[in-house]
Amino acid sequence: MTDVIETPTPAASEPEPRVRDRADVRRQIKLIVVLALVLLAEVWFKLEIDDPTVAHLFKGPRTKDNPPVEFDGSIVSWVAVGLTAVALLLAVANLYPRGWKGVLIAVVVGLGFYGAFLMWAYADPSGAFAPAMTNPIPGTIRIATALVFGALAGVLCERAGVVNIAIEGQFIAGAFFGSVFSSFAVVSLAAIPLFWCPVFGLLGGVLAGVGVAAMLAFFSLRYHVDQVVVGVVLVAFGYGITSFLLGQIPNDRNDQFNNPELLQSVDIPVLHEIPYIGEALFGQTLLVYLAYLSVPAVWFLLFQTRWGLRVRSVGEHPKAADTVGVDPIRIRWQAVLLGGVFAGLGGASFTLSTGAFDKEMTAGLGFISLAAVIMGRWHPIYAALAAVMFGFLRNLKDQLSILDEKVPGDLLSALPYIATIIAVAGFVGRVRAPAADGQPYQKTD
Amino acid sequence: MAAMSPTPDAVVPETEEEPKGRDLRSWLPTVRDTALAIVLALLVGAFLIAISDDDVIEALDGLFSNPGSFFVYAGDVIRHSFGAVWDAYTALVRGAVGSGSALERTLERSAPLICAGLGVALAFRAGLFNIGATGQMLVGALACGYVGFTYDLPPGIHLVVAVAAGMAAAAIWGGIVGVLKAQTGAHEVITTIMLNQIGRFTVLYFLAKESFQRPGSDNLLSPPPAENATYPTIAGLHLGIPLALLAALGVWWLLERSRLGFEMRAVGANPEASRTAGMSVAKVYIATMAIAGLLSGLAITMTLLGLQQSVTDQVVGSVGFDAITVALLGRATPLGTVLAGLLFGALSAGGLGMQTSAGVPPELIQVVQALIVLFVAAPALVRGLARVRRRRNGDKPERAEQAAAEAKGATA
Repeated sequence: MTDVIETPTPAASEPEPRVRDRADVRRQIKLIVVLALVLLAEVWFKLEIDDPTVAHLFKGPRTKDNPPVEFDGSIVSWVAVGLTAVALLLAVANLYPRGWKGVLIAVVVGLGFYGAFLMWAYADPSGAFAPAMTNPIPGTIRIATALVFGALAGVLCERAGVVNIAIEGQFIAGAFFGSVFSSFAVVSLAAIPLFWCPVFGLLGGVLAGVGVAAMLAFFSLRYHVDQVVVGVVLVAFGYGITSFLLGQIPNDRNDQFNNPELLQSVDIPVLHEIPYIGEALFGQTLLVYLAYLSVPAVWFLLFQTRWGLRVRSVGEHPKAADTVGVDPIRIRWQAVLLGGVFAGLGGASFTLSTGAFDKEMTAGLGFISLAAVIMGRWHPIYAALAAVMFGFLRNLKDQLSILDEKVPGDLLSALPYIATIIAVAGFVGRVRAPAADGQPYQKTD
Repeated sequence: MAAMSPTPDAVVPETEEEPKGRDLRSWLPTVRDTALAIVLALLVGAFLIAISDDDVIEALDGLFSNPGSFFVYAGDVIRHSFGAVWDAYTALVRGAVGSGSALERTLERSAPLICAGLGVALAFRAGLFNIGATGQMLVGALACGYVGFTYDLPPGIHLVVAVAAGMAAAAIWGGIVGVLKAQTGAHEVITTIMLNQIGRFTVLYFLAKESFQRPGSDNLLSPPPAENATYPTIAGLHLGIPLALLAALGVWWLLERSRLGFEMRAVGANPEASRTAGMSVAKVYIATMAIAGLLSGLAITMTLLGLQQSVTDQVVGSVGFDAITVALLGRATPLGTVLAGLLFGALSAGGLGMQTSAGVPPELIQVVQALIVLFVAAPALVRGLARVRRRRNGDKPERAEQAAAEAKGATA
């Protein structure tokens, strides 16, 4: 999480500021402590390893033609230790750069830590067979798709000043109706070709997401009910209504309502042939490409268009916006409903990429999306990056579940939530919500 | 999430502050709105039952395929709808209060709801939105369960120690939120949501340990609590139920009669003014969340030691979540919370009966509960839907609401 350290002063370009204020010193101390801890952990990982031989399966699943490739993991461990040591020296000498260079170093150190950790986790297998490392990208993408859509929904709502706790409710409703629409299209709408049936499912997900969003807007904007209350209740409502409807589907009509046709993957020419990452990134479903496109689209919408300016203004100071003729309630409705589209797509991704709806399918990922919104500082691109990072962590836990004795997977799962608390508590940088987030707006005459 | 802005602003519960007790008439609008909300939610539930009933669907099929005999099929639709709704709701009532064992079940389910709801309500009064009952209960379950099944203590003492352990662990979990809020201004809605999830994984982590594992079981399941640690049963009811009522009395005393309670309400009304008046807002936040945790911890002991359940990651069920709705429905007062807890306990017990004798999924109750709270929180909507004629001076509460909303906006 070292990559979210903020650069508060514009004096970044000065080579060595003579007078250092307290914030600057505090930042340096934080950096030194974090990097020293990382270094200690990496050295410990290295020393714990008896036999550094590990195997990987990055090219694809284990087959006869594709056996696990063995290599010496100690190189990775030493490189990681070296990188971290350099960064630590920079920090001690107060030469650690600010801005994007600092972020880049943090990312490199983070990747090194990940490598050293993996070497430790996979070396010296305790069981009879040695598990091989597999490519983390496909699993990350699978989980991160929903998270990114959810985070975009959260950003849109909260930038307009409406707190959206209900992302989880939008997910579960989107997942259910995505499944229902896709199944229904296959069985009852023969006119639709099979390839487009799951796309029809996406439509169902979007309708459900927008439906929940409309309830959020209706109660919080029209009747000024506390937005957190509405959000909490809508999550319960979403769980309840989907479980209820699922329970009412008779077994003999399961095909018609809960047996969705899945989205098929579409290879992007050339790009999907890149070794190692091509297939995972560009041999994906339409929905994943939609997620790639949505992030810059939302950024453009929020920061480059007139509508986006209005959204941000009603989120920061609705009264001022109202004074210059922007109707805050109207803009908030629009933002919440548009957010519902994205949240519904995220929900639909659960069923349309894995299969039949199950009532525990979303497993609190809606709340991780909320966490990503906060970690990403209410900015669509940072929030999406945070969502990808959380997806990566969740996937890491799944991948390491075969090494259960070494790595406490449940504690690893808790990491995104702990990171969010640390971020909110202001231990790493400062996190500030839109000023009017959560406050109802009432026109006064 | 108003308090994310630099000035910590109170999340004011959606209550119309009525002068309590002095004038019976002042209670009437509250009672009327709540009753209307319940009726409306049940009507929506009835609609859901009707449209998902097999006979009704069949009749609707006929209606659309034979428009010629519209009235025959329309009659069928109405007849079957009424039949399905009647069956379901009579089963609901029977399951909740229809027999001695039904009443016992209702009370058993109400007790944890009341306790956890009190925790949420107490936090509301101090201006804190405590969504964290689930996490507090999970951690409380770990501690309470561990003491309950590991040690072998004499009767009475074992019970007290197990309850104390559960309450202490939950109080610490809740206290973390208060400390974070007091020291760093971290918003409690976010921290409690995150701590709920962390609590879930903490429970999963410990359940995989040998000391928590039930011998001979492959599931993540702890042993049941020892005989000495369970609540004694009197006339079919375990001791936890009167304890819940006692807790409500305690919270009432705390809020209305104690110095700390006064400070809580003052901070809830206006933290800035309270700070100016010399109160320690930090102390109030920490104390409030710790006491809220204590109450959540007490709630989970009812499940573990009253119903003798084992610790699993599902042991809390929806109680932690329903506690929020109970507190909201009870308008964040102890008496209201007790009544709302009894209602939700009855709905929950009745939902079971509805499932067994009418085949309606019990999740319908969750939908109805969510709707009740939505409708209670939006009284203007309910009045509009029910077309309640305003009395000549009946505009008053409306205006008071508007003024309150304006005041809220002004403090921001």
